[in-house]
Amino acid sequence: MFGSLPARKWASGLVLLALGGLLLFVAGTVSGAAQQPAAAPAAAPAAPAPLQVNILYLSRQYMEPPPLSLVEKIVTDKGIQGARIGTEDTNRTGRFLNQNYHLSEMVLSLDDDFKAKAKAALASGQKFILADLEKPDLLALADMPEAKDALIFDVRTSDDSLRQEDCRANVFHILPSWAMRTDALGQYLVWKKWTRWLLVTGKNPDDLGYAAAVKRAATRLGAKIVDERSYTYAAGSRRTDTGHQQVQQQMPLLTQSAPPYDVVVVADESETFGDYLPYRTWDPRPVVGTQGLFAVAWARPFEEYGGTQLQHRFEREVGRIMTERDYSAWLGVRSIGETIIHINSVKPIDVRAYLLSDRFGVDGYKGEPMNFRNWDLQLRQPVLLVDPTELVSISPQEGFLHPKYLTDSLGYDQPETKCRLNK
Amino acid sequence: MHITRRTVLLFASASLVPAFIGVSFGQAKDFLIFVTNEKDDTVTVVDGASLKPVKTIPVGHRPRGIIITPDKKDIVVCLGDDAQLAVIDANALKVTRLLDSGPDPELLNISPDGKILYIANEDDSLVTIMDYKTGEVTQEVPIGVEPEGMGVSPDGGMVVATSESTSMAHFIDTKTYKVVANILVDSRPRYSEFTADGSQVWVSSEVGGTVTVIDTKTRKIVKIISFEIPGVRPELIGPVGINFTKDGKRAFVCLGKANRLGVVDTASYKVIDYVLVGQRPWHATLSPDGSKLYSANGLTNDITVVDVASLKAEKSVPVGRLPWGLVVRP
Repeated sequence: MFGSLPARKWASGLVLLALGGLLLFVAGTVSGAAQQPAAAPAAAPAAPAPLQVNILYLSRQYMEPPPLSLVEKIVTDKGIQGARIGTEDTNRTGRFLNQNYHLSEMVLSLDDDFKAKAKAALASGQKFILADLEKPDLLALADMPEAKDALIFDVRTSDDSLRQEDCRANVFHILPSWAMRTDALGQYLVWKKWTRWLLVTGKNPDDLGYAAAVKRAATRLGAKIVDERSYTYAAGSRRTDTGHQQVQQQMPLLTQSAPPYDVVVVADESETFGDYLPYRTWDPRPVVGTQGLFAVAWARPFEEYGGTQLQHRFEREVGRIMTERDYSAWLGVRSIGETIIHINSVKPIDVRAYLLSDRFGVDGYKGEPMNFRNWDLQLRQPVLLVDPTELVSISPQEGFLHPKYLTDSLGYDQPETKCRLNK
Repeated sequence: MHITRRTVLLFASASLVPAFIGVSFGQAKDFLIFVTNEKDDTVTVVDGASLKPVKTIPVGHRPRGIIITPDKKDIVVCLGDDAQLAVIDANALKVTRLLDSGPDPELLNISPDGKILYIANEDDSLVTIMDYKTGEVTQEVPIGVEPEGMGVSPDGGMVVATSESTSMAHFIDTKTYKVVANILVDSRPRYSEFTADGSQVWVSSEVGGTVTVIDTKTRKIVKIISFEIPGVRPELIGPVGINFTKDGKRAFVCLGKANRLGVVDTASYKVIDYVLVGQRPWHATLSPDGSKLYSANGLTNDITVVDVASLKAEKSVPVGRLPWGLVVRP
C-alpha cells in the first residue's frame, strides 16, 4: 500500500506547507482547522493534488435526563466535541499528504423535519456521516435512497437490534453493543467467581434491551440470574432538599428477600436510579451493570496505551472530560481518516472496501488495532470496566479465547448473527 | 577488538556456543544496567555480572526514556509528569541535575558528540532541542501528534522523529532543524533506530504491528517487516524497541503484548526467530560486549537476559514496577 504513495515527490515540497499548517492549527479553532492549509509558498510544485474530505456530523437535540450525581456536570455537546478533535487530529496527518478534512455540523431540533433536512444534506454530496442519532432516526437515514452509497458511522447507540435483525449495510457501529458490554462485565464476574446475579431492571425499552443482554451473557458464561426485580418509580429531579431519605428506604425495599447472590446487576440505561443502589442494597453486595462497575469504550480513569495524550488533548481544547460519545465520534472520524490517508480516495466504494479489508486498523488507544466485523459492521474493541473513579479491568479477560480475535469473545459472533447485510 | 572477533566467530558457527559461555563467564566485566520503572518513579541499577540489583534511585515522576551520554558519565532520564529530565551520575548513582524539558517528555536521544539532546514531548507535538551542558532549550521543532521515536543518525546530521497519532517518521536536518521529509508508516510509530552505517532507519509501528525500513538517502520505504507468531493473535503483536547486534546482522524487535522479541535478519529482512521473554517488553539494550540483550518487561516487573548468539532467554531479574526502558554503563 505504501508503494503507491509518491513519497519522495511530496516529501520535499510539503514541508513548508506542513509547518505552516501546524502553526495554523496551534492558533486555530475548529473552524480554522477545517480551512484549507495555509497557502504554500510557490516552492511546492511536487505536492500531490489536494484531496478534500467532507464529513457530516448529524444529530438531534434529544431529551436526555441530567446525571443523578451532582458531581457530574450536565454536558450538552457530547459527541460533537469528539468529532471536532478527531478532525483536528486527522488534519495533522492530512496536511503532510495534502488532504484536508472538513467537518460540517448539523444538529436538528426535535421540531425540525429530520427526513427533509437529512435528505438535503445527502443530496448536497455528503458521503461520510457521523450519526449521533437514536434508532428510529438512524434507520430513517440509512434507508433513504440518497444514503445508499453513503457510509454512516453510528456513534451513539449500543442497541443490539441495530447490529442484529435491524442492521444496515451502510451503517458502521463504533460503540460496543449491549451484548459486548455485558459479556465484558460477565467475563470479569466469572473470573471473580461472582456468578450469582440479582438483576434489577428499569422500565424503559433501553433498560429492557440491556437486561436481555445481561441474560444472554449469564447463559453463555455460565452465571445464574437468581432473581429479577423491576424498578418502576418515575425518575426524580436530581436536586431535592431531603431527597436522600426516600432513596435510603427505596433501595433496600427493592432488593430485600433475594435468594443468595454475589452481585446486583442493574439495567438502567436511562440513568434514573442505578446510581442509588451502591451502599443501599438489602444485603451488602457490589453493584455492577449500567452503574457501579460498568463497561465502556472510554472513560476518564483510563490512561493506558497512550490514552493520557488523548485525554489531555481533549481537556485542553474542550475544557471538560472526554465522554464515551465524544470518544465514539472521535473514533468515527479517525476511522475515515485512517482509511483515506492510506488510499488517497474519497470514493465511498473505495473507502468501504478498505474499511472492511484486513489492512484496516484504527488506533483507539487500546494498545491494538481495531477493525470492523464484516458480518454486522461492529467495531471490534477491548472494553473498559470502570467505576466512577477507577479503571478496574479491561476485557476480554485472560482465558476467554476465540479462534480469530480475542475481542470476538464479546458480543454476537459470526455464527450467532442475525444480521443479513445483503438482503 | 577481542570482543568483535569473538562475536564474529560466534555468528560463524553456532556449534561454538558452549565454548563461548565458558569464555563469557571468565570475562564478565564490571558493568551496570539502568532500568526506568514507570510506576515506581525510580531507576533500578543492576550489576551486569552478578545480575543483582545494587541500587534503586528515586528520580521523579513517571520515568520512561533513558539514555547514556557518549562519554558514559551520565544517564539521562525523561520524567514525563515533571516536565523534566533527571541526570544521574553513572558512577555515583545519584541524581545530580534536573533539566526543564518542556511538557511530558517521553523519550530522548543525544547527538554523537554529546552536546545536543533531542526530546520527544509527547503531549505537545514538539521535538525539543536542548543544549546538554547548559540545559537551555535552543529550539522546538513542530511535528505530528504525539512524538516519541527519536533516532539519531551515526554522523549526527539527521534525527528521525516519529509521531504516534500521525503515523509518520519525520526527518529533521540537525543543521537547520527543519523537517525535510515525512514518511507515512503504519499506525502508532513508537521508535526509530538507524543502522550503524546510517544507510537505513528502522521504524516500529506498535498498532500497525510492523517495522518499516526506510532508505535514508532516497527516503523511500525499502521493506515493511511483519511478524507472525504461531498461537499469538496478530493484534497482540506490538513492535516498539529495536536493537541491532554489534555486527549489524540481526535486529531484535520488542513485540509488546506478544511477550517476545522478534529476531530479524537484516540482510533478508526475514524474521528468523522469536524469543519468549517476560510480559510486554517495550525496550531492550545490549551488554557492552554485545553478547547479551536485556529486555524491560512492563507487566512482569522484570528484565530478561537473552543470549544473543544462541537466542535463548537465560534469566529474568526482578526490578521495579512497570519497567519501561534501559541502558548499560560499561
